[in-house]
Amino acid sequence: MHVPDGFLDAPTSVATGAVAAAAVAVSLRGARRELDDRTAPMAGLVATFVFAAQMINFPVGAGTSGHLMGGALAAVLVGPWTAVLCLSVVLLVQALLMADGGITALGTNITLIGIVTVAVGWAVFVVLRRVLPKRLDLVAPAAAVGALASVPVAALVFTGLFAIGGNAPVDLGAVVTAMLGWHTVIGMGEAVITGLVVASVVAARPDLVHGARPLVAERELVTRKVVPQ
Amino acid sequence: MGAGHGHRLHFHAHSPVHRAPAHLKVLALLGFMLVVVATPREAYAVFVVEALVLLGVIGVSRVPLGYLLPRMVVEVPFAVFAVLMPFISHGPRTEVLGVSVSEPGLVAGIALLVKGSIGVLASLTLAATTEPQDLLRGLQRLRMPELVVQIMGFMIRYLDVVTAELGRMMTALRSRGCDPRSPRHWPVLARSLGALFIRSYERGERVHLAMLSRGYDGKLPQLEKTP
Repeated sequence: MHVPDGFLDAPTSVATGAVAAAAVAVSLRGARRELDDRTAPMAGLVATFVFAAQMINFPVGAGTSGHLMGGALAAVLVGPWTAVLCLSVVLLVQALLMADGGITALGTNITLIGIVTVAVGWAVFVVLRRVLPKRLDLVAPAAAVGALASVPVAALVFTGLFAIGGNAPVDLGAVVTAMLGWHTVIGMGEAVITGLVVASVVAARPDLVHGARPLVAERELVTRKVVPQ
Repeated sequence: MGAGHGHRLHFHAHSPVHRAPAHLKVLALLGFMLVVVATPREAYAVFVVEALVLLGVIGVSRVPLGYLLPRMVVEVPFAVFAVLMPFISHGPRTEVLGVSVSEPGLVAGIALLVKGSIGVLASLTLAATTEPQDLLRGLQRLRMPELVVQIMGFMIRYLDVVTAELGRMMTALRSRGCDPRSPRHWPVLARSLGALFIRSYERGERVHLAMLSRGYDGKLPQLEKTP
């Protein structure tokens, strides 16, 4: 679910647009380091995967459902820069070809879903990776905690934007409480699915998981002699 | 496959709006929506004019309203929020149909609903009248970074391939008694998504190698306008 046109006023929308454009420009350089000349096709396919993963709904309670945002998931799987690019392109396609999220709110949506979730998810993941024992099976739990943190923080940033440029005379305390409560529940769903997906990729192709690369690199190839009977 | 004509929202027709260059349409949509968003919330006459302009463009585009209106369900969650606004806002109260509601909340809710609806309808009009390839070319002309345009091109091209792959996985899950929505079956769902990621990533690698073998040097030739 994305922010539509008219939810935030014009100056706030333009400002978040500038933030989003700057972040995408920085990510373009970073993604080249992560993927070199494979960037275009790889990021395109990963963006398609993120789009497909976002189609999965899960019940949040009270008859409503949330869906995966995928920021932390994409960051751990393909690296933060590529993840920002992928999510931004997903939001761009959704705004221009699917009327999902307003075009003036595109900057806001990229800032919230593309930048904040990726940055928070990746930062928490990297800190945990440094603190936890260097074991491959701890990558998935770290990714899950990153995802858990990323969703409420994005909700909090949205509330901040709403306080600056919101078009509604609603009590801000109530908005913070509602947004945080709701998005903590969504964040738990996001965390469980992110953790499980990362775990399954780590089990099958650990070399593909960007966040697990330092751990995979440390593993030595051991050749043993077959002991003759 | 995903490389075909049109996309899910595209409505095939021949009209000046369909033929207009995509970069102008994107700029027009952006400019129009900035004006709508910046309109003061109590300027109802301006809202009527804006809605009439939009309906006029839709009329010229020959996309039937019956095609666009059902597709506006995208905005339902925010419409609910807009409808709730008069009840959860503070400020002086007023009576509407015998129910006491907040007056500034009512004004804000109506403005939110109007702006959101115009936005969704305007975006739908762009989507219904623009082919993805034209849109990519338009974004290129608007000086969007080449790499972003390429990533978007690949996403559009493989969108149907990957979502259809996910759809087949979901059908397979359901036919084996799984309910992908239920948290009880999340482990299975997550393994499917993991497999989908690996397949998408490997498809990306194959696409890249196929492009290299055809002389890819960082530019996509087919985006240049064919005569």
